[in-house]
Amino acid sequence: MAAVPRLSLHVPEPTVRPGGRPDFSHVGVAPAGEARRPPVDVDPAEIRDLAFSLIRVLDEKGDAVGPWAAALTPQQLRQGLRDMLLTRAYDARMVLSQRQGKTSFYIQCLGEEAIACAHRKALEPGDMCFPTYRQQGLLIAAGWPLVDMMCSVFSNEKDRLKGRQLAGLYSAKEAGFFSVSGNLGTQYPQAVGWAMASAIAGDTRIASAWIGDGSTAESDFHAALVFASVYRPPVILNVVNNQWAISSYQGIAGGESTKFAARAHGFGLPSLRVDGNDYLAVYAVSCWAEERARANLGPTLIEWITYRAGAHSTSDDPSKYRPKDEGAAWPLGDPVERLKLHLIRRGEWSEERDRQMRAEVDAEVLEAAREAESYGTLHEGPKPSSASMFEDVYKEMPRHLREQRQQLGV
Amino acid sequence: MARLSMVEAIRDALDCKMAEDTRVVVFGEDVGYFGGVFRCTEGLQRKYGRSRCFDAPINESGIVGVAIGMGVYGLRPVAEIQFADYFYPAYDQIVSEAARLRYRSGGEFSAPIVVRMPCGGGIYGGQTHSQSPEALLTHVCGIKTVIPSNPHDAKGLLIAAIEDDDPVIVLEPKRLYNGPFSGHPDQPSVAWSKHPLGEVPAGRYVVPLGKAAVRREGRAVTVLCYGTMVHVAEAAASETGVDAEILDLRSLIPLDVDAIQASVEKTGRCVIVHEATLTSGFGAELAAQVMERCFYALEAPILRVAGWDTPYPHAEEWDYFPGPERVGRALLEALEA
Ligand SMILES: Cc1ncc(C[n+]2csc(CCOP(=O)(O)OP(=O)(O)O)c2C)c(N)n1
Ligand SMILES: [Mg+2]
Repeated sequence: MAAVPRLSLHVPEPTVRPGGRPDFSHVGVAPAGEARRPPVDVDPAEIRDLAFSLIRVLDEKGDAVGPWAAALTPQQLRQGLRDMLLTRAYDARMVLSQRQGKTSFYIQCLGEEAIACAHRKALEPGDMCFPTYRQQGLLIAAGWPLVDMMCSVFSNEKDRLKGRQLAGLYSAKEAGFFSVSGNLGTQYPQAVGWAMASAIAGDTRIASAWIGDGSTAESDFHAALVFASVYRPPVILNVVNNQWAISSYQGIAGGESTKFAARAHGFGLPSLRVDGNDYLAVYAVSCWAEERARANLGPTLIEWITYRAGAHSTSDDPSKYRPKDEGAAWPLGDPVERLKLHLIRRGEWSEERDRQMRAEVDAEVLEAAREAESYGTLHEGPKPSSASMFEDVYKEMPRHLREQRQQLGV
Repeated sequence: MARLSMVEAIRDALDCKMAEDTRVVVFGEDVGYFGGVFRCTEGLQRKYGRSRCFDAPINESGIVGVAIGMGVYGLRPVAEIQFADYFYPAYDQIVSEAARLRYRSGGEFSAPIVVRMPCGGGIYGGQTHSQSPEALLTHVCGIKTVIPSNPHDAKGLLIAAIEDDDPVIVLEPKRLYNGPFSGHPDQPSVAWSKHPLGEVPAGRYVVPLGKAAVRREGRAVTVLCYGTMVHVAEAAASETGVDAEILDLRSLIPLDVDAIQASVEKTGRCVIVHEATLTSGFGAELAAQVMERCFYALEAPILRVAGWDTPYPHAEEWDYFPGPERVGRALLEALEA
């Protein structure tokens, strides 16, 4: 009788850890301009390959090439650059504020700015995003006031969320920005439900759902996809693959054996895998998905390939689990630098204007920070009232909460 | 004896059990290579290999579900939920599955699993890093729920939990991971190395499930508490000068009703303190137990001090947290009656 081999458990492990040579061969960088652009009413079965390729527009020289090269005006491109620079400057200031004790915690989106900033431009007023904590770019590209965002980060007197939320868990209905939950993945089926409601009501508005690579493992992600597949509501299903989920790499979330974009295939949904550090590609593909949704052709899943250039949050130290120089080896570059290069190639930008714009956004952030800080920071200055803690638990404060508020003496 | 932090004591318990029992496997989000966001599993993957200590996908329902399957097979899985605030997706696996498996299979199958989760506030974690969901667990028959207040008990309870044949939830008050906490955020933090209960014996020992500990003997009033609130109650007693007897329950289910009864019969008064919201909190169960067992010994109404019935706020943390001042007032009020 042949010996039966012993089983062993497969536990995915990244090819590199601290001390090792960064390796991004799994990204599968394809030449810009190579991926085709199907019509928006394409049969999902015909574009399954697009979940494994990589849609890119900007090439190494900074030219926009191929069928996805969108017709963005120089003015739109400069605005895109400004949105990304402003997001970056805002993040840098908030990280600094956290170190100075003005808030307890902060999450930046360094290196991922193009995704939220360009996607926002493909949406219409009235559309609703269901973001994670790393999509501050949606608000900034919508022109939402920085002071308002900062007041929420500082949990101060003017914080519309009354000091209840951790930094980054914004809520801005007017900007089409749904209240961010700290619990991963919950917003994904909610976005599908909002889109179903829009269809039920015979509306024209669409939803945009957001989730990280790690969080696609949550059951809510799969629940959202099954509802999206059954009812085909007008929703864009964004997956931001920034290579990491705190310390765990995408293999742990299931990305070792397939691409996150391919998750959609089991549900019969169209899916595209896209260079998320390419402002033009993000814009073009977002528009494609937006057009499909608006035309009642149903959901699109998009996997945005990017790199979390910073720590997970201010509580995290990535040198413990990934090589320090990993970011430098990232093959898709920096979204800001790539768009800048493109603008320069087109003769629409210069180093001088770039310096000017950076100085301008820095000044804008500084001024906003001064104003927001004058309304208080987490441990200093004016605060939300203690009594407000008991509000909004219910629409009408019930008796037991009124009594508890009295007990607190406020 | 070594002086350890609570994080080190938990790691030591896992290390000790993994060394002596190859059935013990440890996993959870960021638990493997990194060693957990609170570092409780640091070094275990290096020491015991990737198939005994590994990262899990971000799916709490999956984490508990696979733990149950491993337990059914005959392993002793110890799963970590990164924050207790994130265990709700796993609630179905805990309530409908782990808790009832032995019952519904007539004893044929069981789920000898441990689920560890950091709980409680005091770290400016806002509503999603501060919750104390013990009542959602103690209400479920078929699972046990324990909550240490110091490194010594953290190690002994965790070892007892791993050795227990039923599912055990270990709630770890994260504010205590690196030192005791009196509830005064403005006072300098103290390390466990300065605290007698930071002394942790080497090797295996257990703190039996279902045994409370008297942290402070007293004659005036009994304080029933657990986790962070043990230290807050100690501060309240010393600041008010009330001769309180402080009972650290340690294990909520099973509950040491004998210790509760003995203490309340001695003092005739009872204050119950927990960080979790008041309504339908574990304090309600404790109050009922005291009523049923000690009614004729009571000289004053039972009082509860708890978190307000609101989500856990961020900026208003110290208005929310049932600190020594609120506990102290309750102690004095209990004496007045
Ligand atoms: C339900 C739930 N489980 C765990 C966590 C803890 N947590 C916060 S962020 C995070 C990693 C998320 O990674 P990913 O989805 O890739 O998003 P990224 O942070 O990379 O943007 C984890 C595990 C949580 N917030 N909610
Ligand atoms: Mg990620």
